Amino acid sequence: MEAILGIIIAAILSQNFILVKFYGICPFMGVSKKIDTALGMGMAVTFVMAIASAACWLVYEFLLIPLDLVYMQTVAFILVIASIVQFVEMALKKYVPALYKALGVFLPLITTNCAVLGVVLVNVQEGYDFLLSVLNGVAGGIGFTIAIVMFASLRERVDKSDCPESFKGYPLTLIAAGLLALAFMGFSGLSIT
Amino acid sequence: MNFKKQFKEGLLTKNPVTVQLLGMCSTLAITTSLFNGIGMGLAVTVITICSNVLISALRKVIPSQVRIAAYITIIAGFVTMVDLFLQAYIPALAASLGVFIPLIVVNCMVLGRAEGFASKRGILESAVDGLCQGIGYTVALVVVCVIRELLGNGTFGGGLLGPGGAGIQIIPQPFPAMQIVMPVGGFLVLGFVLAGSDKLMKYLEKKSKKKEAAK
Repeated sequence: MEAILGIIIAAILSQNFILVKFYGICPFMGVSKKIDTALGMGMAVTFVMAIASAACWLVYEFLLIPLDLVYMQTVAFILVIASIVQFVEMALKKYVPALYKALGVFLPLITTNCAVLGVVLVNVQEGYDFLLSVLNGVAGGIGFTIAIVMFASLRERVDKSDCPESFKGYPLTLIAAGLLALAFMGFSGLSIT
Repeated sequence: MNFKKQFKEGLLTKNPVTVQLLGMCSTLAITTSLFNGIGMGLAVTVITICSNVLISALRKVIPSQVRIAAYITIIAGFVTMVDLFLQAYIPALAASLGVFIPLIVVNCMVLGRAEGFASKRGILESAVDGLCQGIGYTVALVVVCVIRELLGNGTFGGGLLGPGGAGIQIIPQPFPAMQIVMPVGGFLVLGFVLAGSDKLMKYLEKKSKKKEAAK
């Protein structure tokens, strides 16, 4: 129970995937101009992270370890993730067209999102069992969603601000992200051991 | 082929970090000491060159429907090689970069060069492009590293120079702001570096225009 709570709190707040661990900065910068798209991206990432955590744990435990191929984990995981993203896209298109409409455009981008590969690698490194891996994936995805949605609402204001010419666009956006990260530093002491 | 032009693009006008904003995860995460910056930069450079060469060589064989998957597999192969190499020969670097070495697989810069350049050009040209973009990436990382390390730790050359590889102390100990080597500092310093490089590029552009006008 403690382990479960610890993982949830770490992944969402004290070790937030974006603002503390820097996984998934590309979508964080690229898809955070509007709150709705940010929310869509966050949900798509959470969904894929949960499935990828489960699938990669199975691949690691039942394929890589018995075959003594642990050193190939990076290649194996990225292939699993890429095919999951492809399958999720096809399945959603066929069975849940409404959800596909909302998440569709974000799905192809997720293959190269380091948050997904990051969570899978961390799961293996920490030696989590199946349940904890999936939990870490879901909680990490929720942390990602919270950060990207908060940042999108900040950014709608930042983009209109009056600042020196050279700071317009990404430089100012990064500094705003820095201030958000400063706020999240307040959670850093939070842990359950 | 124009080596000088490619070099200038990689270093300044199309720098992967400051202009194209690719590979931001590692730029923000590991730039806390000079050692990390140089190590990560070189690792990415080697991987970009290798993957560019192989993808360029195979560009007529790979069907375009599955090209992204094929590129990622090729890149992942080279990343694994570099990862194993570092673990075996430079364990200190492997430990301090941690999970960010395998994460080079999803570094958009490597895939971006594969898709945007190597898949359309010759082998030699692609190798040069990988080298130039890699150098641009390394330089940007090193700049961010030097600023963060100096302001956050008060040292220069951490992991490489000074007693026990701790770096040369420039700002005495109670003064450096520790936050700069923490996540907050990554965002702030990179923001200022981007603004600075933008200013520099505008200045250079103005200067070259003046030169042309004088002619």
